[in-house]
Amino acid sequence: MIKHDVVIVGSGLAGMRAALEMCKDLDVAILSKVYPSRSHSGAAQGGIAAALGNSEPDSWEEHLYDTVKGGDFLNDQDAVEEYVKAAPDVIYELEHFGCVFSRTPDGKIAQRSFGGHSKPRACFSADRTGHTILHALHEQLLKHSKSIKIYSEWYMHSLILDGDRCNGVVVSDIRTGAVEVMQARAVIFATGGYGRVFNITSNAFAGTADGVMAAFRAGIPLEDAEFVQYHPSGLYRQGILFSEAARGEGAYLLNGEGERFMEQYAPSRMELAPRDIVARAAQSEMDAGRGVDGKDIIHLDLRHLGEARIMERLPQIRQLGIDFIGVDCVKDPLPIQPTAHYSMGGIPTDKTGHVITDEQGTLVNGFFAAGECACVSVHGANRLGTNSLLDAVVFGERAGRSALTYANAVGHAKVNESHEKTKVLEQFENIFQQNGSESYNDIRDEMKTVMTENCGVFRDEDRLKVCIDTIQKLRERYKRGKVTDKGKVFNSEIYEIIELGNMLGMAEIIATAALARQESRGGHFRTDYPKRDDENFLKHSLTYPKDGELEIKYKPVVITKHQPAERTY
Amino acid sequence: MATFRIKRYNPEKQPEPYYEEFQLDIPQGATLLDCMNQIKWTLDGSFTYRMSCRSAICGSCAVKANGHALLACQRQASHLVKNGDTIVLEPLGNMKPIKDLVVDFKPFWDKIDKIKPYLQPKTRAPEKERLQSPEQFKRIDDSSTCIMCGSCYSDCNVLEVNDKFLGPAALAKAQRFVEDSRDGKTHERVKELSKPGGIWDCTHCAECVERCPKPARPFDRIKEVMTVALEERVTNNTGARHAISFTKSIKSSGRVNENTLPVESVGYFNVKGLFDLLPVGLRMLFKGKIPPILHKSIDDVDDVKRIFMEADKE
Repeated sequence: MIKHDVVIVGSGLAGMRAALEMCKDLDVAILSKVYPSRSHSGAAQGGIAAALGNSEPDSWEEHLYDTVKGGDFLNDQDAVEEYVKAAPDVIYELEHFGCVFSRTPDGKIAQRSFGGHSKPRACFSADRTGHTILHALHEQLLKHSKSIKIYSEWYMHSLILDGDRCNGVVVSDIRTGAVEVMQARAVIFATGGYGRVFNITSNAFAGTADGVMAAFRAGIPLEDAEFVQYHPSGLYRQGILFSEAARGEGAYLLNGEGERFMEQYAPSRMELAPRDIVARAAQSEMDAGRGVDGKDIIHLDLRHLGEARIMERLPQIRQLGIDFIGVDCVKDPLPIQPTAHYSMGGIPTDKTGHVITDEQGTLVNGFFAAGECACVSVHGANRLGTNSLLDAVVFGERAGRSALTYANAVGHAKVNESHEKTKVLEQFENIFQQNGSESYNDIRDEMKTVMTENCGVFRDEDRLKVCIDTIQKLRERYKRGKVTDKGKVFNSEIYEIIELGNMLGMAEIIATAALARQESRGGHFRTDYPKRDDENFLKHSLTYPKDGELEIKYKPVVITKHQPAERTY
Repeated sequence: MATFRIKRYNPEKQPEPYYEEFQLDIPQGATLLDCMNQIKWTLDGSFTYRMSCRSAICGSCAVKANGHALLACQRQASHLVKNGDTIVLEPLGNMKPIKDLVVDFKPFWDKIDKIKPYLQPKTRAPEKERLQSPEQFKRIDDSSTCIMCGSCYSDCNVLEVNDKFLGPAALAKAQRFVEDSRDGKTHERVKELSKPGGIWDCTHCAECVERCPKPARPFDRIKEVMTVALEERVTNNTGARHAISFTKSIKSSGRVNENTLPVESVGYFNVKGLFDLLPVGLRMLFKGKIPPILHKSIDDVDDVKRIFMEADKE
């Protein structure tokens, strides 16, 4: 049995920031199924929000209002207030760590405009902001390598819960296949999102719901799972991201007729309306046959920005266009379509990152979550661009701090090692032994397709029912899958199969929560209930496991300063 | 129909690697990684490689294709089809294979660790951000694009013969701090980087620049560190002395003085170093390869001097 004071699962921004908060006092382990520097936080391009006011006067009050309005008033405003107030210091700290930022002429951190933000608030490093923050934190991790043990290419299988207390995780070393119990006084999940359940997604292959499903299997509900963000500018068919920073710098969205169609949907903010609104506008244009060449394509046009500005501010986007589709955005518009991008929902936590299980805020002692896998909820029904990196760093730090306090006060609890280990070994054995004939690849493809087609930008009762029904059938087929590689060394096939199991579970939860929410709000749009319904649905959903079925309950939204109002841009 | 000729290795099954061929129709617009996934998901589930972001930012999927390292997600497969219809896939070089295209990155990370890859600030943290001009940002802009994919490390010609060499990625990372206006350890850093295994072990082949999938271009960064080392007068080492002697000779005569260059490189007072040169010198003497004792300038040496003068002005 491996023993640490605290185990962090996931080494993106949230996980690494949490580790740094604790490493002076505790023996910390941080686990990644890839390498820390390969975490998906690094793919974030456009920026990280904070009301620094470096290019225009700004305030946390405005950041708060923009965030709440962007989230369609489902955000818990007490949490949002703490979050936006914490933002400037968090950015300064990253800068002090050595993070490389683009600068204003007078040497301050440069800031640009972003969708839904009323001020230029996005601190950035060209168009690789996530990458530079990830590497700055990774550098700090290496600096403190004496007290932080990095487990690269280790996979987390399950959470060890004893009643209301978390005592560790069961993990395996991908390189050797060895299963181990990691005993800890506290566990922090920073496992990211689950965009891979969709066919068109910006997410890395690693975004497979491992963390949220481990929590769910341990009996912890998932909050607001129906709220998935579709980013308007995914590369056609591939789904990889062209940052909103392109529009922040002034790029246009054009339909097949060459019109800036946002005029019809958000005349005051145009291309810089929040993502849910822009994605719906783009999808509506395509559905009405106004896509480019009659296909599901919208054009992202940067040509008027000129080569110099593109090279200074958006060099990566230009390169992605050239490498992935042979389009140079200096000369031609980029073909895009909405892509599943971010999960607003996740493991419910309080404002300190401590995981809670119900409306009363009942704690799971010793279990914390931060970043995309968690739901505080600061994003409500739709996250604003550049608010996610901020979420990861702010709540990574807070989860770290509260885990530190908790772990200082308790000892290691007893863990039944063989019992916990056996459960995971059995899972491996079951997959190896089942000797079925179903192709896991077909199952995965069918899941992704049914989710994108029926649980995407536009949803309705019939389509969601088709979705749930299909997923349930796929889960049956999954039990009869066929595995090729039965080895122990770096068996990436077996891990993909385990990940697929997690994704099938998550897909059903998303669709079920979406079916139950009979209204349209933020990223969740029901064509059969096209209006927001504050009377019945101004509340967070909590999806629980119950006897192999799903049970949905709700909890109220915390409203402090801003009463829900009509949301126009 | 294209052939993917893949170097397979699975120590659990057999100790020796072997090549296996797979046939695949390359779908329109498919990247090399898309094709590798097609092979894994439809032809042989045991085919093993790393991947994650598929947008050229995580650095997981670097492999060798047709003999050179690249990011599989970043390249159109159809552009790689060679010899009629074959793409040869092999694991990265200069690292030990673990299984198929997965190699052991430990030595790579160990070397990153060695360059103290974190800011050592000059000043106490102010209340807000440390100021840095856009020009100062520009000096570390390119090196900060490195994604640690290992492509440069794989194809580095020095590492093939000298595993003590820190390698292009670690040295490019070092430049990121050497030239960071906020870092206070510039001198200590270049001193450390001038030791054996550091910047002066680079042979200037620039293979790493060819292989780098980002604008990091390690060799360009190494040259910048060399410049800072000379500016900081960290010259008490063979590499720096070689560079200085070389420049001095060109500047005064327009050509390299092959007699003084080796002597000045090891140092006039380095008795052991000079003795080490003797056997080579003697062999050259016997083969009649000793350059003329009297070093002559080229005819247009004044032009060379003018070039130096112009360069010095800058």
